[in-house]
Amino acid sequence: MSQFLQYAVSGLSIGALYALVALGLVLIYRSTRILNFGHGDVATVGTFFAFTLLSHNYNWTIAFPLALILGALISMVFYFVILIPAQRRNATLLGQIILTVGLSLIFQGLVSHFWGTEPQSFPFPLSDTKTWKIYKDVVISELSIGALIIGFAVSLVLFLLVQKTRLGLAMRATSENLPSAQTLGIPTRRVLSLSWGMAAFLGVLAGIFLAPALPLDPFFMLEPFLKGFAAAVLGGLNSLPGAVAGGLILGVAESLAGGYIAVAFKNTLAFLVIIVVLLIRPEGLLGKEFIERV
Amino acid sequence: MDLIESYKEELRLVRKFWTGFWIVLLLLALIFLPWYGKEHWVYILTLVFIFSIGVQGQNLLIGYTGQISFGQAGFLALGAFSFGHLLRMGVPVAVSLLCAGLVAALFGLLVGFPSLRLKGPYLSIATLGFGIAVYQVFVNSEILSGGRMGLTVQKLPALFGLSQTNTYYYFNLIVAVFFTIASYNLISSFLGRAFIAIRDNDISAEAMGVNLTVYKLLAFAISSFYTGVQGGLYALLLGYLEPNMFTFLETISLFVAVIVGGLASVEGSILGAAFVILVPQVFSNAKHLVPVVFGTAIILILIFEPLGLSGRWMKIRLYFRMWPFR
Repeated sequence: MSQFLQYAVSGLSIGALYALVALGLVLIYRSTRILNFGHGDVATVGTFFAFTLLSHNYNWTIAFPLALILGALISMVFYFVILIPAQRRNATLLGQIILTVGLSLIFQGLVSHFWGTEPQSFPFPLSDTKTWKIYKDVVISELSIGALIIGFAVSLVLFLLVQKTRLGLAMRATSENLPSAQTLGIPTRRVLSLSWGMAAFLGVLAGIFLAPALPLDPFFMLEPFLKGFAAAVLGGLNSLPGAVAGGLILGVAESLAGGYIAVAFKNTLAFLVIIVVLLIRPEGLLGKEFIERV
Repeated sequence: MDLIESYKEELRLVRKFWTGFWIVLLLLALIFLPWYGKEHWVYILTLVFIFSIGVQGQNLLIGYTGQISFGQAGFLALGAFSFGHLLRMGVPVAVSLLCAGLVAALFGLLVGFPSLRLKGPYLSIATLGFGIAVYQVFVNSEILSGGRMGLTVQKLPALFGLSQTNTYYYFNLIVAVFFTIASYNLISSFLGRAFIAIRDNDISAEAMGVNLTVYKLLAFAISSFYTGVQGGLYALLLGYLEPNMFTFLETISLFVAVIVGGLASVEGSILGAAFVILVPQVFSNAKHLVPVVFGTAIILILIFEPLGLSGRWMKIRLYFRMWPFR
């Protein structure tokens, strides 16, 4: 029983980070119908920027906010400089998704060029090895506690932002119906660019918390990004609560599968989840069914 | 364009004398290349031939049928490893190549099933999942991947008194020309018209009597057949195989080739294949910048020239045909 709890706890903490990645993807998908393939790589750039600042002996209280802002800025610049001109030239939806693939390639190449492909270790204020006992034999590391708290706090803040503020109302209106939001005087471009910025912010946040536990190389976000994808699909690509639920479920399921079945199965599980969910319930657990008018 | 008066004329691949003239000239130049070109260039062109087959397959799927697949690396791995294993069992090269294509096509059918219900973004995730799942199966299974040393594949012997590089060159040239003719015939036949109808609007295609189930699955099967054959040829050229050769990057290169070359164009596929092979050669000093070039190329092409290199080529031709008018 305590073994089961142990797996569940460590699954929850990694799941909270998957949820952050998934929230970023869903935020963009539900407002623009674009799957952002550059999400992981923008997060990588932000994390590496934080890494550079930390290794130049800046305090983490300066390094982390700067990295988060850098990620958000990159994403907003991408929206204004690349996506909007493409939309003006009537780029198709598929074309816009491919643009994010291009963004991902560019940053992947730049990060490997400037920081090298050798894995590095990320200095972090919370320790990965110092553990606290919470119940009998069940232990949790400081890092996992931090990840859990950040994951839940950020999800809560995002929920309040989207549901209770004027900006959130504008975001919901824009994702519901773009032309009518425009006629109502909502500055949709600014709202959408803020969504892109927020998504990248969440991505970099997840990256910073994932980096201490993984070897930090230019491809370290690829797997969490794909897991975040799986989580978003599981929860429903247009549902923010779904993204959180999907992330937590995927994290726990993965941890249990790794513990009870085989470690090698741990990574394949996410893709099995994707395929099964898409075949049985394509709109995900909490998503609304998307009906196409002919 | 020109007036076409009969169906027979529509099906003809070369409609004008000068088109035929240039094609023959190009083919002659390619055939005699090993006499005057450097060996390095012969090798690079061999790679372009191999790659162009897979790009044509991917273009049939993305450009003509409008279905997206991010799982090409999976088909490539399936084709390459089944080719390698068959060759080790003593099956002749041609038969193994055919089987490599067929194995990939079988899995293509399997991946095609989600495409019946999923569209656009969802389909891209499902196929992405497939590509990575195949990679992980090969990484985790030593019987399939040949263990840590990789799977050695018997190379082609030097035939007809040619050097080995030249043997490979001619062999792959013949296969690539065969597949190029096949793609031209495919897209001008009823199959190609059905694919294009599905791309333009699947619901109205169905209303016009195109069986969506059959044609979407066929598109996936044919496209993965091409990719499987590419994998087999690749295995034959390199002489050994390991799962790390078939990562997501391979999918991305095929994808970049299609976008850069031009959607829905066979010539474009060949140009795109040449682009993807040549860029790493040019940037051999700064390998990490290759993805940057690829990414920038996709973004620029999608914004400024959505039809890709082949679209640019058509515009240049039109300009000279119309000259001095515009």
